[in-house]
Amino acid sequence: MEINCETIKHLAKLSDFALSEKETEALTGDLKNIIGYISQLDELDTEGVEPTYQVFEMDNVWRDDEIIDQEASREDLLALTKEEKENQIKVPRVL
Amino acid sequence: MKIANKTITATKLVKEALEKAKKYEKYNVFTFINEKEALKKAAEIDAKIARGEKVGRLAGVPYALKDNFLSPEGQTTASAHILQGFTSPVTATSVEKLEKEGAIMIGRTNLDAFAHGSSTENSYFGPTHNAVDFERVPGGSSGGSAAAVALDIVEFATGTDTGGSIRQPASFNGVYGLKPTYGCISRYGVVAMASSLDCIGFFTKTPEDMDLLMSIASGQDPKDMTTLPDYYNNSKTSKAKRIGVIKDFDNEAVAPEIRKVLKEKCKELEEKGYEIVELEMPTLKYALAVYYIIQPAEVTSNLSRYDGIRYGFRSEKAKNLDDIYDDTRNEGFMPENKRRIMIGNFVLSSGFYDAYFLKAAKARTLIVKEYEEAFKKCDFILTPVSPNYAFKLGEKVNDPVAMYLEDLMSVSLNLAGVPGLAIPVGKTKDGLPLGLQLVGPRRSDKALIEFAKELN
Repeated sequence: MEINCETIKHLAKLSDFALSEKETEALTGDLKNIIGYISQLDELDTEGVEPTYQVFEMDNVWRDDEIIDQEASREDLLALTKEEKENQIKVPRVL
Repeated sequence: MKIANKTITATKLVKEALEKAKKYEKYNVFTFINEKEALKKAAEIDAKIARGEKVGRLAGVPYALKDNFLSPEGQTTASAHILQGFTSPVTATSVEKLEKEGAIMIGRTNLDAFAHGSSTENSYFGPTHNAVDFERVPGGSSGGSAAAVALDIVEFATGTDTGGSIRQPASFNGVYGLKPTYGCISRYGVVAMASSLDCIGFFTKTPEDMDLLMSIASGQDPKDMTTLPDYYNNSKTSKAKRIGVIKDFDNEAVAPEIRKVLKEKCKELEEKGYEIVELEMPTLKYALAVYYIIQPAEVTSNLSRYDGIRYGFRSEKAKNLDDIYDDTRNEGFMPENKRRIMIGNFVLSSGFYDAYFLKAAKARTLIVKEYEEAFKKCDFILTPVSPNYAFKLGEKVNDPVAMYLEDLMSVSLNLAGVPGLAIPVGKTKDGLPLGLQLVGPRRSDKALIEFAKELN
């Protein structure tokens, strides 16, 4: 897999980063090295092995279907945002 | 640890801790000092004691909180620019449990931003210094917490360990550090890094203190569906007889002084009547590659919530909605955060998912099995925590792969969900702390802590 500036620009888009040219260049080198390192996994035979996504020993954890009081109130949470109007978070124009 | 009572007041304990925090200011241990609240809480405990009321098991004990634990005292920043200005309206379950027993948080400690790093150099607040050698790193990502305990500012500190972030700084500073079994302590209210790997744990000066904290913090939490029912306080500790050492780790990648101390400790154990079992665990050499696929994949997902809209920092530059995301995230994340998010998006993207993420998930199965097989042959495993002892500040910070290699011996435990205790076992000829890691099967946390006493 060839990692070049174009790959980095694509990943930056997926990651929502407005990278500068200088950063793009530095990250190209860094990611090339990191992906080079993790690619050694190719050597390992995993034919027929089931994947593990989590190591928690229990499957489903059930609870009663009822509303539990939240620690934080709507006011607490809205107080954390930059702009608020009529109990809503205000953002710049989208369209 | 010193606990407040009729002869020694909580106020005295807290004042002493605050004075020491000030004295060691240049080590850059703390991101926030909780002076006012801490003194207020101490006075309340003293009043209770004076009235003859019952107080908790940690009454008046000053502690340091890694700055990725949520509580309304001070801003929770995870040492990241993007969380500047965020004061949490909620409290982490683990913090609640400690405070209920009377522990008093005197400050929040520095970390690699979002716990991404092995040296506490990737912090928006600058690096923390090693408690023993000012020119060296304290390890990471919980470097501030490890230094706070090693400098004797506090009796204990909290930490998080996703791939070694408690054990490695503990060994770099010469204190005890435990990464419990996955699911032992609630993760509710802790800034998420990689959810299938993240564990909450502690730094202490003695195994006895570790035991006390674990008995308080363990147990099921309805707010974290991945917590196990409390097994810690119901553990039967059977006497260990066979100690495993991993042959594959005995090579020149590990510092000679660490290999030497491991051999010495094995010899001592043999003299005490333990059997030393040599283990072959050939998949462990791939654990770091597996970790640096699975962890960034989970990081990408967990860090997508930082958008500059709901809380924390927002870029001043941004004019429209898309720019708010792109500029805020670009200015608000440290370079290492960006590397991990981008690697995560790489290994999850179509065309690469099978070759990287799925392959790593399969390799994880092999690692889990390798530990299961190993624990049929021995009770515990004794290994280095990391290939090196504390290195110089600046030595590896510009070389991500060199920094990742620091996690070579610690990450496999998180992948397998097994507990590991970093134990201070000696010093290099220059006086730098040396630690070893004691690993056990899942739910053996209490037995590990008991056994630690054998290594001193």
